[in-house]
Amino acid sequence: MKLKLGMALMATTILGSALAATAEDVTITIESWRSEDLSIWQDKIIPAFEASHPGIKVKFTPTAPGEYNAALNSKLEGGVAGDMITCRPFDQSLLIFEKGQLADLTDLDAMANFAAVAKSAWSTDDGSKTFCVPMASVIHGFIYNKDAFKELGLEVPQTEDEFFAVLDKIKADGNYIPMAMGTHDEWESNTMGYYNIGSNYWKGEEGRLAIINGTQKLTDKPWVDAFKSLAKWGAYLGDGYEAQTYPDSQNLFTLGRAAIYPAGSWEISGFNTQADFEMGAFKPPVPVAGNDCYISDHTDIGMGMNAASKHPEETKVFLNWVGSPEFASLYSNALPGFFSLSNEPVTLEDPLAQEFVSWRKDCHSTIRPTYQILSRGTPNLETEMGNASANVIKGTETPEAAAERLQKGLASWYAPQQN
Amino acid sequence: MNKARRNIWHSVAAHGILLTYTLLALFPVFVILINSFKTRKAIFRHPLQLPGPDTFSTIGYETVLKQGDFFLYFQNSLIVTVVSLFFVLLFGAMAAFALAEYRFKGNALLGLFLALGIMIPIRIGTVAILKMMVASGLVNTLTALILVYTAQGLPLAVFILTEFMKQVSEDLKNAGRIDGLSEYAIFFRLVLPLVRPAMATVAVFNMIPIWNDLWFPLILAPSEATKTLTLGSQVFIGQFVTNWNAVLAALSMAIIPVLVLYVIFSRQLIRGITSGAVK
Amino acid sequence: MQDVKAKPRFKWHIVVFLAPAVLIYTAIMIIPIFNTLGMSFFTDVDNRQVFVGWQNFNTLFGDERWADHFWNALKNNSWFFMIHMLVQNPVGILLAAILSSPKLRFAAAYRTVIIIPAILSFVIVGFAWKLILSPLWGIAPWLLDSVGLKSLFAPWLGLEEYALTTLSLISVWQFIGIPMLLIYAALLSIPEEVLEAGECDGLTGFSAFWKIKLPLILPSIGIISILTFVGNFNAFDLIYAAQGALAGPHYATDILGTFMYRTFFGNQLQLGDINMGATIASAMFAIILVGVCLYLFAIQRRLRRYQF
Repeated sequence: MKLKLGMALMATTILGSALAATAEDVTITIESWRSEDLSIWQDKIIPAFEASHPGIKVKFTPTAPGEYNAALNSKLEGGVAGDMITCRPFDQSLLIFEKGQLADLTDLDAMANFAAVAKSAWSTDDGSKTFCVPMASVIHGFIYNKDAFKELGLEVPQTEDEFFAVLDKIKADGNYIPMAMGTHDEWESNTMGYYNIGSNYWKGEEGRLAIINGTQKLTDKPWVDAFKSLAKWGAYLGDGYEAQTYPDSQNLFTLGRAAIYPAGSWEISGFNTQADFEMGAFKPPVPVAGNDCYISDHTDIGMGMNAASKHPEETKVFLNWVGSPEFASLYSNALPGFFSLSNEPVTLEDPLAQEFVSWRKDCHSTIRPTYQILSRGTPNLETEMGNASANVIKGTETPEAAAERLQKGLASWYAPQQN
Repeated sequence: MNKARRNIWHSVAAHGILLTYTLLALFPVFVILINSFKTRKAIFRHPLQLPGPDTFSTIGYETVLKQGDFFLYFQNSLIVTVVSLFFVLLFGAMAAFALAEYRFKGNALLGLFLALGIMIPIRIGTVAILKMMVASGLVNTLTALILVYTAQGLPLAVFILTEFMKQVSEDLKNAGRIDGLSEYAIFFRLVLPLVRPAMATVAVFNMIPIWNDLWFPLILAPSEATKTLTLGSQVFIGQFVTNWNAVLAALSMAIIPVLVLYVIFSRQLIRGITSGAVK
Repeated sequence: MQDVKAKPRFKWHIVVFLAPAVLIYTAIMIIPIFNTLGMSFFTDVDNRQVFVGWQNFNTLFGDERWADHFWNALKNNSWFFMIHMLVQNPVGILLAAILSSPKLRFAAAYRTVIIIPAILSFVIVGFAWKLILSPLWGIAPWLLDSVGLKSLFAPWLGLEEYALTTLSLISVWQFIGIPMLLIYAALLSIPEEVLEAGECDGLTGFSAFWKIKLPLILPSIGIISILTFVGNFNAFDLIYAAQGALAGPHYATDILGTFMYRTFFGNQLQLGDINMGATIASAMFAIILVGVCLYLFAIQRRLRRYQF
């Protein structure tokens, strides 16, 4: 009895889905890992596009970040992936392009709106071909609880000494956990910790490129010193930070229990809705007063076209729109903290986002050091970097030993580091 | 006198152990359910308190329900689970009967072949399966999921049921044969009723991974019309990863249907088990 | 065997019984899986698959960058399995024995509840226990505090020395209903006459269980042991849900399943490597196959089976 009902339901569902596929408008779908942006795409971005482009319907179908890469690759192999593919920076996307699964977009009109440096994350190593429209970069820094700072009479730190002095004061007061970060999810340790403060040590692009060229080693002073600074963090994190997950850290800060949050700018929109206190931001403190400052201004997200798309024309129309100034302004303001890479300047309304982006004027920008080329082999440098950073914070590995291990791993497969 | 007292002690000890384990089994579910009805601040301040007038809130459910057609997802999950289970039990029992009952060349080898499937996660075959489904036009249909789950459930069903079928009395079957029953009648009328407890166990065993699977719905049938409940709620978990009201609501909404389904099913299960005992 | 002497008549019903299962299973499971396992003999050269024989296996066992991870995962997996054998199965048998005692009240309710954890998805189980054990949210510290044992609390899931054992116990918590159910079914199918005969010999209660029931349910204990073995060496979901693909802290909870998944499908900037992933899967398969064959051909044959 139940089974018959089941069969009948199944038959209707299968028929139903077959019918839905023959709608009149062309529907194109976006693959993305940004499931938290679902409502922004549904309510703001897609309606804006559809209003000016009748006949094209867009669907945003995100996958949870943990499954995105695996699911996307399987779908591409099987030929059922969406028309637009949200691109991770550098090698993840480059590999898909080399397999012929992402279309070559070098000649897309909208590419003219982007400088070569903005496109570098989605171009071949020689820069001759580009396969994703750059959408946004994210900037690292620290978000702090302004009320807590006022309450304790604290000033925003400029140098590392001041930074640790501030942390000491918060700790001595005891009302707030000085800093909200955990080592359970290892990527938090390197992304929010090591890369955040490190670019001041290895002087941004200079150090990053020197590792790629093989003129510096990860055991050189700047890279080890950044670890040494990171090693001091453990004392300022909350009880049991070893088991604290990334969402735990976010909640710890937005509930007002921690004073400082080592951040990426992508947190801004989420924090704005969840925190009921005023927030400010400061850039990574420089090790020595008067030094030039460097910030991690990381090309993070782009959008490409599935080479097997059944609607290449409509998809290109959409991608051209994604590259337009209209989209840049819409996206950067709907998701403050994702900064457009477009040549066209964008006016930002969110004060916290303004604060982050203002650092671009005073400091040198760089990207995360492991993302280009260096994470192509085994062991994977990015993964190991997270592991090493977490160990250094917990004190289970010394900065020197961690650097040693990373260097050995990198040199085991990366030729420029082998002499 | 002495014996009666010992019996009471036995029964107190038995209930003590069972009650302790019951609490342990239910505690996490209880924590999720009560907190899904509380305000965000209250979730953190007093995680173990029942929602009171000050702390009661359904904001999590409101957020989640806005985002998708949960009834449809539930229906999809139900169809996929029930139909797959039916095929797993039917085909699995048939094959197990053949392996347990008949001596033929290659019996042991075939048994081992059918058991291979429990030793390798089917997930690594994803791309090949997906290509097969694309070629047969089954992508984004529930049929694709049913096929995969049936295949995935068979090895375990055969493995367990063979063992149980070997315990069915030889005399009974031979009596049936003397009465002129066909081999099919012996299987369906004599043997199947006797292995109902094992069948019920296999059903529960298989229901869990099918209902809870995230991977194949994500790859083979991610369309809105064919989304399963687990896939539907996973999206919310990703989307509201820090919005604990919504996460807890989404989790509760994933727990409650399967709980209800299980409670309905467990009657059958227990009837199956006890009827098997009184033969 | 007698058939050879008699006029061999083809037994169609055997084919009919076997065909549906064998066909579906072979087409949808075996062929795709073995296609993939075959990839362990190939490697990717400029997006083309080239046959390299056993080279990937040499890499897996000979190159320390791979071998260290493999042996670590195998070691962790063995511990994971040990805990299941030592905790899950004995406790499951105990619960089943208590439940099967006649005249127990509320038996149906207990039975229903004890299986509930097993019907929850890994996502829910992982999330729920992470919350409960979270030092931040503090249910576990609070509970320990209320009995004056706060000092015993530690962020277990974040510490290398405790994380694996903690997760093993969570997994035991989740799955204990399964062995309980199988043993329960086996205990119920022991005929009254056998127990009554035992009673005449003065065997009741504990000694009846030990001397009569236990030998009779040995085949079922064999089944749950081998299923636990297979399930544990294939496990992946719980650790993935609770600790992520990297199975932290510092690979302390990495088991073969997570190692294989991470290699096969990739993680963060690490690209998926089908060939090495398939190599690990083949190694896992070999381990499990050896265990299952050992059971099928060495242990199961020695178990006396009773037909009732």
